[in-house]
Amino acid sequence: MTQLILEQALNGLQFGLMLFLIAAGLTLVFGIMDMIHLSHGSLYMGGAYLGAAAAQASGSFLVGLSAAVLGMAVIGVLLETAVLRHFYRRDHLAQVLATFALILISNDLVRMIWGPQPLLLNPPEALAGPIELFGFSYPAYRLLIIAVGLGIALALYWLIGHTRAGMWVRAGAANRAMAEALGVDVRRLFTGLFALGAALAALAGVLLGPLLAVQVGMGENILILAFVVIVIGGIGSIRGALVGSLLVGIVDTLGRALLPTLLRAVAPADVASQLGPALASIAIYLLMAGVLFWRPAGLFPARA
Amino acid sequence: MTALLEAIGLKKHFGGVWATNGVDLALAEHELHALIGPNGAGKTTLIHLVSGSLRPDAGRLRLAGRDITARSMHERVAMGITRSFQISQVFSELTALENVRLAVQGRRSDAGSSFRFWRPASAEVWMIEEAEEWLGQVGLAEQAGCLARELAYGERRALELAMALATRPRILLLDEPMAGLGPEEAERMTHLLAALKGKLTMLLIEHDMEVVFKLADRLSVLVEGRILTTGTPETVRADPAVRRAYLGEERA
Amino acid sequence: MSRKIPFEPLLWGAALAMPWLLDSLGEAYYIGFATRVLIFALAATSLNFVVGYGGLVAFGHAAFFGLGAYVVALAMQAGLSSAWLAWPLAMALAALTAFAIGLVSLRTRGVYFIMITLAFAQMIYYTVVSFKLAGGEDGLPLAQRSTLAPFDLAEDATLYWVALGLLAASLYGLKRLAASRFGHALAGVRQNPLRMEALGYPVRALQLACFVIGAAVAGLAGALLANQNGMASPAMLYWTQSGLLLVMVILGGVGHRYGGLFGAAALLGLEEALALFTEHSHLYVGLALLAVISFAPAGLAGLAGKRRRG
Repeated sequence: MTQLILEQALNGLQFGLMLFLIAAGLTLVFGIMDMIHLSHGSLYMGGAYLGAAAAQASGSFLVGLSAAVLGMAVIGVLLETAVLRHFYRRDHLAQVLATFALILISNDLVRMIWGPQPLLLNPPEALAGPIELFGFSYPAYRLLIIAVGLGIALALYWLIGHTRAGMWVRAGAANRAMAEALGVDVRRLFTGLFALGAALAALAGVLLGPLLAVQVGMGENILILAFVVIVIGGIGSIRGALVGSLLVGIVDTLGRALLPTLLRAVAPADVASQLGPALASIAIYLLMAGVLFWRPAGLFPARA
Repeated sequence: MTALLEAIGLKKHFGGVWATNGVDLALAEHELHALIGPNGAGKTTLIHLVSGSLRPDAGRLRLAGRDITARSMHERVAMGITRSFQISQVFSELTALENVRLAVQGRRSDAGSSFRFWRPASAEVWMIEEAEEWLGQVGLAEQAGCLARELAYGERRALELAMALATRPRILLLDEPMAGLGPEEAERMTHLLAALKGKLTMLLIEHDMEVVFKLADRLSVLVEGRILTTGTPETVRADPAVRRAYLGEERA
Repeated sequence: MSRKIPFEPLLWGAALAMPWLLDSLGEAYYIGFATRVLIFALAATSLNFVVGYGGLVAFGHAAFFGLGAYVVALAMQAGLSSAWLAWPLAMALAALTAFAIGLVSLRTRGVYFIMITLAFAQMIYYTVVSFKLAGGEDGLPLAQRSTLAPFDLAEDATLYWVALGLLAASLYGLKRLAASRFGHALAGVRQNPLRMEALGYPVRALQLACFVIGAAVAGLAGALLANQNGMASPAMLYWTQSGLLLVMVILGGVGHRYGGLFGAAALLGLEEALALFTEHSHLYVGLALLAVISFAPAGLAGLAGKRRRG
């Protein structure tokens, strides 16, 4: 039992860190430009497809990874300057419609290029096996994901907390008008942020590719989780996104693994077998509703 | 003198600043009570606390002896406490008449519920007629059909007053009704308020001392979130502490 | 307003004659499509009431739409096939759910309201999908269509006319509602909730009533769609369905009485027409949506030059 909990906790940490890669970009777009960006999940999908295709063509996971991150950063810049930029000052409804349209477009583009079948993405061969850890074996590839996720989180922490660009970002999230008055070039800053967000989402797409299916629609599932994360954490806050991601990742993973078992101890088997999965999948939404109820601006409100 | 409205030890802080720091205030029935004090003294905060748009951190509010501290703003309006806003908060996409008719319709004591879903509101002619009366009373009869956003600034302030009156308040909280008005419009507003004296209880925030001394039955001086003194215009004017803290600066 | 006089009778006349028209053209297949348009128009209209009239950007309307469908399917499974009972039950359950969700969600504002309604809808999605009784991921098929004596819903044309009648009744109801005391109060709340509160209006109760009414009508639309599709499917509850309904409303015209109808007809029509020429109709639908929102911010109803709530 202890081993199961430990293993699932590691899985939760790994999933949470991947959610963080997606949520970090989303929370900045949302927080600074007040933009509801539904197509952020499409950047994640695009990254997974680009990575899988490049890895298949080159035979190297690393090439696939680099191609996805660089490619989506470029696409992010194009998307931001050509389309999204025009919707920052529109109301939320217009943003919903425009970015929903982008989901439709990107899903069909992916289908046009790669067909309706899911793509296969293999982890690098050196990491395909399990390794021994605290007396039990754990997939080496998942450990790599955790390491990369932690590394990116630290890098972002440094970028936001200790660089000039990061200061602009924090100023922009707290009070955009003030930041503009202080001479921050919000336009360029946001194009840069958007490219960074796209690259991080692509990174998550490629890293999760070998674990989840690379298929059309993958972005819609993860997008909502990312929204849950940033609402729990506080819109615009990187720290909030990290805490929210880990909370959601661990609650979701542990809930799915443990709730059915726990329920079986207190309820009849047939009730438990249905209620368990239901409770496990709504646990994070309950968490979010609870946070919003008691702390309407999230755990780490970015705005003063 | 029995108080219609009583504030006891009201406190409110924002961040580390006490905007209201233990205010005791009693309004007598049918008096016009002016609230003066330097900028940042907490006058508008006090109006927020009394009207219910802000909750106090400490202290109590009583209306005719009844504790209303926990009541929401709309409940307080139904009990007879209505406020007007410093920056005109009219419905700019509606006509002046519809603005006031909405105020009439919102009066739950005698106008009935707004949860009526079928009958056209326009069929209830009495609401429209009453709205026209209120518009006439503030001198806007001619502008009844204009959209509120097309009205001149002074007209919007008059509309704001008509809406507040149409809720038939027992206590009217007026937050700088003259702010931004030209001399003629201010004069007209002063007459309007003078005509209301004795019909209802008013708490008036106003910077123009001439107006205050002309209209007020009593006045309270608010400094740094506390009431410095309360009394008739004559006694307040003579109070040396007030002259030091407030009037001295104003007149200088 | 002079152009309004021929517009409505023409629209309704054409809609009424549609099944005969399609039949005589030998295109009876399209009766099903036309019914789908009407049903989505009903659902989008109910959302438009919440968003455009109530000013509440709700991103979880699919929950009520889908619940309506599941109530009909579950009732059918339990042996209750009468539409006279099952459909009102669908509306009642949707309304009750909306009451509970609204009570919590209306404490929040702006984007947080968008997100919390989304979260509640997702909870309902996952709850329904988890229960074997409701068919899980596969959905729940209907053994037959609901019975609506004296009408025979098994006839496609009859289902069409019933959907048309319900849509017409809802649009007429919307007109009455907008002109009623409640509608006027709601318009005030949409423009300036604080001012309404200061006039003595119980703002949250008004918003809650609006939210609940919209949900009940969405439940009815869901009940109809279950009949049209022959099943209740989880996809009807998923967040993308909420997004699609919202897109229809924005496309058609937020706050315009015909906005839901225009949006549903335009979106589904475009999809259907494009599907004749390409496998990738969504790509072009997406581009069209981007074009509309860029060049016609008030939606199709705005393009037609009609005023709000005409």
